[in-house]
Amino acid sequence: MKKPVVKLEFQDNKGSGSSRRRFIKMSSLAFAGSTLLYACSEDDDFNPGMEPEPEPDPDPEVFDLGSGDLGILNYAYALEQLEAAFYTAVRSGAYYAGAPAEEQELFDDLYNHEVIHREFFRTAIGAATADTPEAMLPDLEFDLEGAGIDIDSRESVLATAMLLEDTGVSAYNGAGDRIELADYLVIAGKIVSVEARHASAIRSLLNVNSADFAGDDVIDDNGLDPAADPADIYSAVVDLNVVATPFTANNLPAPQHES
Amino acid sequence: MSIIKMLNEFSSENLMNKKSSRRDMFGTLSSFGKKAAIAAVPFGLASKSTKATAATSMFFDHVGPLQLALTLEYLEAEFYLKALESGVLEGGSRSETAFMQISKHESAHVDFLIAALAEDSIDSPTFDFTAGGAFDPFNEGDTPMETSRAQLLVLAQAFEDTGVRAYKGQAGALMGTPYLEPALQIHSVEAKHASEIRRIRGLKGWISGSERGDGMPAVTQDVYTGEEVTSQAGIDLVGYNYGNSPIVGDVTAAVTQAFDEPMTGETASAIASLFIVNES
Repeated sequence: MKKPVVKLEFQDNKGSGSSRRRFIKMSSLAFAGSTLLYACSEDDDFNPGMEPEPEPDPDPEVFDLGSGDLGILNYAYALEQLEAAFYTAVRSGAYYAGAPAEEQELFDDLYNHEVIHREFFRTAIGAATADTPEAMLPDLEFDLEGAGIDIDSRESVLATAMLLEDTGVSAYNGAGDRIELADYLVIAGKIVSVEARHASAIRSLLNVNSADFAGDDVIDDNGLDPAADPADIYSAVVDLNVVATPFTANNLPAPQHES
Repeated sequence: MSIIKMLNEFSSENLMNKKSSRRDMFGTLSSFGKKAAIAAVPFGLASKSTKATAATSMFFDHVGPLQLALTLEYLEAEFYLKALESGVLEGGSRSETAFMQISKHESAHVDFLIAALAEDSIDSPTFDFTAGGAFDPFNEGDTPMETSRAQLLVLAQAFEDTGVRAYKGQAGALMGTPYLEPALQIHSVEAKHASEIRRIRGLKGWISGSERGDGMPAVTQDVYTGEEVTSQAGIDLVGYNYGNSPIVGDVTAAVTQAFDEPMTGETASAIASLFIVNES
């Protein structure tokens, strides 16, 4: 497995107790004067999405997810690449090899679904960027070992699966209100409920005969699942230290409505 | 023209068929508002306000979808409360644990949607969970307890899988409103419920093709018809070459599992209507 090409370090933001404190900076990248890797671009409301706006690029070598709907598609594609890579690795590990048939079948299904999602985005984004192929997120490399994920351990595999599926649900829910084209919203809706079905199944496997399948740890008093900002998902995923290919999310669209 | 029929015009199935920009969406939704203003509320339910439509014309697009959602949540909330009251489920069983957690969420969804709809809120219909005598989920007749227990899980699966598809079907109509995100946040919770109920019933947590699954009576087929889609956004995912990442097992099954499909407001209301007593 390839070693990480980026080292990550925390950058404290003057004692603020918020998650901003934990904003990550990729130290090997030169972001002159900028500590934030992410900023909502407010001026792309009329960008139909398929034309990435010209940006002052701090480092042309580093891919940025882009703006508008294309940015959201690339964002989803990044998450699906991560999930698919994880389940691909799981199926080559000792836990899977020795797992009961029911659990093997579960991970076969999760692998199938995430590979299908990834390939769907690869194809859809490829078509949308036919004239601007440089705007499509490249194949990312992942370093599960470097992130402390042990595919031979049931505990590590299930905990990671839960984290990824919970993250996926929250990410898609938070992306919905940033999507311009109804077709893409419907696609995101078709996928997020499958991610939620996964999260439930993994959670139920971790603690059968409990309420964890739709647990109070994620669902609020109104019975609502989380809907996370891409900025928070981005920093959380970077925080995992699992993505070995640097990319930025500096231009993703703002939500239509603050909730 | 019923409001449900109009919801249908704006269902995601229709939206999928035309490349509409968000600006087009707003155009569509405003014409929707005009038509909806003269429509009756779904199922002939009485609105709490007689002048609701005039007062909310600016955001009227959310009312129909949220009223449909509230109707489905009323159905679910009352179902789980009555199920738990009936004592049919064994104390401490996985089913009871799941029903308790789901009941909490569905009751919260009812309160949330009533608050969101404000003066456009609707009262709960009267439900008959026997569907005219077809089921005895609360064991009120002389049905064997095992049968009632199984029927509780059958109905829960049907309601949850319907909920997932119904919310998805209204997402397009809620675009550009502050109600889209909370609707999505409810939608994924319904999917978590569905997955657990299905797994308790010995099924996978996800839907293969349009299969309703073992033990689901034919009357529930409407919940699943339309789930068999194998192309997304014009991309044939069954014929696709997965290269170094081959699909394990049946590709068609996997592709249909990987995407849940929306349901029109008309279908969702037809399913709910099986359990609604027509009082008019």
